[in-house]
Amino acid sequence: MLCDECGKDKATVHLTEIINEQITKLNLCETCAKEKGSDVEQHFGISDLLTALSDVEAPAPGAAPGSPAVKNKCPHCGLTYEDFKKIGRLGCSECYVTFKVSLAPLLKRIHGSNQHLGKVPNAVVMKEQKVLSKIHEELETVKVELQKAIKKEEFEEAATLRDKIKFLEKKAKETK
Amino acid sequence: MKVDHLLKQTCEWLKGSGPNSDIVMSSRVRLARNLEKIPFSHWAAKKQEKETLENLERIVTGSDMLSNGLNVRMNEIDDVDKQFLLERHLVSREHIVQPDFKSVLIGEKEVISVMINEEDHLRIQVMQSGFNLQECWRIASRLDDSLHKRAKFAFSSEWGYLTACPTNTGTGLRASVMLHLPALVMTKQISRVLHAITKLGMTARGLYGEGTEAEGNFFQISNQITMGSAEEDIIDNLERIIRQVTGHEENARKTLMKQNREVLQDKIWRSNGTLRSAHIMNTKETMGLLSMVRLGVDIGLINDIDRRAVNELFILTQPAHLQKIEGRILSSAQRDVKRANLIRRRLEGL
Repeated sequence: MLCDECGKDKATVHLTEIINEQITKLNLCETCAKEKGSDVEQHFGISDLLTALSDVEAPAPGAAPGSPAVKNKCPHCGLTYEDFKKIGRLGCSECYVTFKVSLAPLLKRIHGSNQHLGKVPNAVVMKEQKVLSKIHEELETVKVELQKAIKKEEFEEAATLRDKIKFLEKKAKETK
Repeated sequence: MKVDHLLKQTCEWLKGSGPNSDIVMSSRVRLARNLEKIPFSHWAAKKQEKETLENLERIVTGSDMLSNGLNVRMNEIDDVDKQFLLERHLVSREHIVQPDFKSVLIGEKEVISVMINEEDHLRIQVMQSGFNLQECWRIASRLDDSLHKRAKFAFSSEWGYLTACPTNTGTGLRASVMLHLPALVMTKQISRVLHAITKLGMTARGLYGEGTEAEGNFFQISNQITMGSAEEDIIDNLERIIRQVTGHEENARKTLMKQNREVLQDKIWRSNGTLRSAHIMNTKETMGLLSMVRLGVDIGLINDIDRRAVNELFILTQPAHLQKIEGRILSSAQRDVKRANLIRRRLEGL
């Protein structure tokens, strides 16, 4: 079989592409394959495919980068949406929060849905974590109340609040 | 337990047992999991990668499901060992290309393997011989639960398990089945079948995953979509499709036996003869011939070899396996001779 590109040398590199369910085959000799190499790589890299999908979600031309509507950099890991488009991978789990607006339609495009319907991490563990975060929330509120009480010199109230804090801290420890 | 120890045992997925094992070689389920708020390996600083590795090694080895397992740091083994693990489907290609701060924990029977710091922090993989996706999922999910007790996985109630690549987000589940489809290839129906599979949102690949040729008439079929359906439904969907494909393969085998019996028998017995007498044999030829012999065993034409022995030959004749057996580095030409020797010895000894 001869090379599809130059038609002279023997084709030794065989590529199969499936785009929109259309299969195209490309047979190349080594020289032409090398020349086409960068094209081909770009064509087949998952990150580039993702770019094609995610591009649609980029801010409209003229929109200032980092405009309030679209956050451009994950405060947790420093990855920008541009980085994501280049490498096709997110930087950390918080990126999903940072780039939520752009990721929601992208996920829908990839999976046909952007609502998880599967397994939820061990229910018991999740429940414990929920209880714990509730306790911590309450702790914060009581601590603020305590400061207020001290400022107002309501010492009786302050003593009650201090006991409550002790009780909540003990409870949090037990839950862990 | 060391890497060498694995050479003495048959990987679970090659046992040739389990439901539909005449066509379905093996089933596999992989779950992608990540630690909350910790950068993914490709984006993490070296120090962080090291911390994640050590932290996860502690967590995973602590699970009673992996208590007698093997922990292999990828940068502490040589290239042959790396390739050896790849040939056994215990690690991915990505895991051996960039071996720093990566490890794999392999369960005693090679049913479970857990890659640390691959694209995701954890890649939990469970393999079973034959058509057995449900069992793979049950084991993987149980291991997932036991690990979750000691590590907080990144999870959102809206988007499920959060992964480095959005193509895995949601369930993080990739279920795949390895099929041996020689009759569909011989009757030239295979491209039609594969085409239909991709239309249904599934992916078809060769024996060694992405971008590999379907050598030995082996095809890996897996789900592509990971969000919007529960794990059980994804698996159920894949199973239905696989049952269709195996049905087609069975019919193609019957048709060949009815209409082209002599041609088929000739192909099978010639392959058997070549394997038992050749002195030089490359991997590709081996795979093709073994595929025919396996078909011969499956349709009851060859009775003096069992399926497990043929399956074992598929892997023992791979380059790294040959070099591990010989205990030294071999050139490609040397391997071709050793490969032919090994096959003759194995087939005669049966």
